[in-house]
Amino acid sequence: MFRISGWSLIRLYTLLVYIFMFAPIVAVVILSFNPQQFGSFPMQGFSFQWYLKLVQNEAILSAFKNSLLLGSLTAVTVTAVAIPAAMAFVRYDFPGKNTLNTLLLTPIMIPEVVLGVALLLFIRWLQQPKSFLLLLMGHVVITLPYVLLVVQARLVGIKRVYEEAAMSLGANPLQTFKEITLPLLTPAVLAGMLFSFTISFDDVTATLFWATAQNQTVPVKIFGMLRNSISPEINALGTVMIVLTISTPLIAGYLIRKFARGGTIN
Amino acid sequence: MNQEPNHPMVQFKGVVKRFDKLVAVEKMDLDIARGSFVTLLGPSGCGKTTLLRMVAGLEQPTEGDIFIKGRRINDVPIHKRNLGMIFQNYALFPHKTIFDNVAFGLKYRKVAKSEVKARVEGALELVRLPGYGNRKPAQLSGGQQQRVALARAIVIQPDVLLMDEPLSALDENLREEMRREIDNLQQMLGVTTLFVTHDQREALSMSDKIVVMKDGRKQQEGSPEEVYNESANHFVADFLGHSNFLNGTVIGAEGDATRVRLENGGELLAASSQQWFPGDKVEAVVRAQKFQILSDLEVPASRDMNSFPGRIIERSYMGGEVSYFVEQRDKTVIHAMSMVRTRPFRRGEDVVLVVAARHCRLLPKT
Ligand SMILES: Nc1ncnc2c1ncn2[C@@H]1O[C@H](COP(=O)(O)OP(=O)(O)OP(=O)(O)O)[C@@H](O)[C@H]1O
Ligand SMILES: [Mg+2]
Repeated sequence: MFRISGWSLIRLYTLLVYIFMFAPIVAVVILSFNPQQFGSFPMQGFSFQWYLKLVQNEAILSAFKNSLLLGSLTAVTVTAVAIPAAMAFVRYDFPGKNTLNTLLLTPIMIPEVVLGVALLLFIRWLQQPKSFLLLLMGHVVITLPYVLLVVQARLVGIKRVYEEAAMSLGANPLQTFKEITLPLLTPAVLAGMLFSFTISFDDVTATLFWATAQNQTVPVKIFGMLRNSISPEINALGTVMIVLTISTPLIAGYLIRKFARGGTIN
Repeated sequence: MNQEPNHPMVQFKGVVKRFDKLVAVEKMDLDIARGSFVTLLGPSGCGKTTLLRMVAGLEQPTEGDIFIKGRRINDVPIHKRNLGMIFQNYALFPHKTIFDNVAFGLKYRKVAKSEVKARVEGALELVRLPGYGNRKPAQLSGGQQQRVALARAIVIQPDVLLMDEPLSALDENLREEMRREIDNLQQMLGVTTLFVTHDQREALSMSDKIVVMKDGRKQQEGSPEEVYNESANHFVADFLGHSNFLNGTVIGAEGDATRVRLENGGELLAASSQQWFPGDKVEAVVRAQKFQILSDLEVPASRDMNSFPGRIIERSYMGGEVSYFVEQRDKTVIHAMSMVRTRPFRRGEDVVLVVAARHCRLLPKT
């Protein structure tokens, strides 16, 4: 008799979970190569026509440009904010330190819908129009907690003696930061930039509130296209997004490992 | 540099350091002479590191002043103090090569490029690591890393070399080797050194002067011989080496020695540099190494020798020496150590411990 053991059930269950999670994604990727307008299996042939259409679609290209620009600017801005903030929180003592730290981390816990509305209200109160700057500000707020956490964790791991040794040898605090702390912090800084780029690049909910017709991002654009029709173009666009969001961290991870060789801490 | 030889290299004047309520260093007055090797010795938490860090500028004194070459440096930031620091865990910059580590301090001293190279290589040669310049710290052993740290500190020709337990992360054999290396280097360069340790052997073997500390207070300051042979109080005598403490009352002077009636009824003759009066409560200090151990059949001692009959209750062999615990008739135990003889005594054997009056010292009983 064939016996079903507990383990084989667990294996089966795990498999089902993975299928449930990844099947839609795989379907999107496969259908993006489908020559027919209305996708159905089995596919009749194979074509790149939707990708071609994609590169010819001005609106999508401009959304792409927006997304890339926004993601990069977010990454740069947020690390520029996070590094000094992390230094202050980890290396110095000042009144209200814990409160401020918690405050900067709260965007993780607040639903994005609330954040989206809140920032809009804020802008209204300032009597400013929606703009790319608003979008950038919003994305910085959303991604700051992640970057701050990564950089802080690394900074805690960098022992103070390195900085003390540098200063005892004659480096002033700024030189010490530049020569010792920052280089030792680099992996965390790169990881943080990457995080923020991907989060910014992927974000839909909050961005829906902040984007204007001129500065739509790719996810918002997709969302808009879905309202009209389910064009196979979207499959192609989705595939491009998937490739981008997966390959960016992989490439960066490879680069970090390449640069950090021999630079272990402790 | 303009020398002012009448000033000590480092001077503490009434230095106090408090962390909130906790007093880490209490009213410290201390001079560190130019070129000398001074050790701060004491148990964990007695404030050694805090004192050292105040010289470095990593902590601010709560009260009092610190002078280097006669100049008050309380408000001089660390990077302007020209000190060489050696840390317990080496603290080599992990992302820089050995060369760049050693060259680090020269960068901020306007040294010409060609000279930097020569000086770094010279320093690496001095610590017997020539040709290691291109490696990263992680590729070196602990002992080698500490030698690089030493090179990095001395290459800048610091006024004072500060070392906080630099040997404690090394294993026993390496520690001995590094100790001699530091000692030789210090003598060769003549650099004023402030060394922190809780290991009395390190302190006794390397120092020109030892400062024994407890609970932030200086207990005694003096040459290794002074603090060892003429310990100022119970704590110092107990902390350094193995001491026996015998309580008693002074009977009277006997030549240049003092006779004491011990609590267990016996008598003891002790050399004394200070004058005692009959009835003074005292504590006689006898080092375990000063006893001679005789079998009870051997000839008893003369009048100025003190003898303590008893039975060996515990014995441990420690290589060159044997450690004996001898129980007297009143059950008090004396610790004696002696070189291994042809026949070590056995446990349970009756022996007589003999010690000359000049090896017994008296301290006031508090
Ligand atoms: N930054 C600090 N904040 C609060 N208390 C401190 C601080 N640094 C040291 N202390 C306290 O001051 C006292 C002296 O500390 P210190 O580190 O100088 O001792 P130590 O003699 O170096 O001990 P060890 O041999 O363990 O290194 C200790 O009670 C310690 O807890
Ligand atoms: Mg210490």
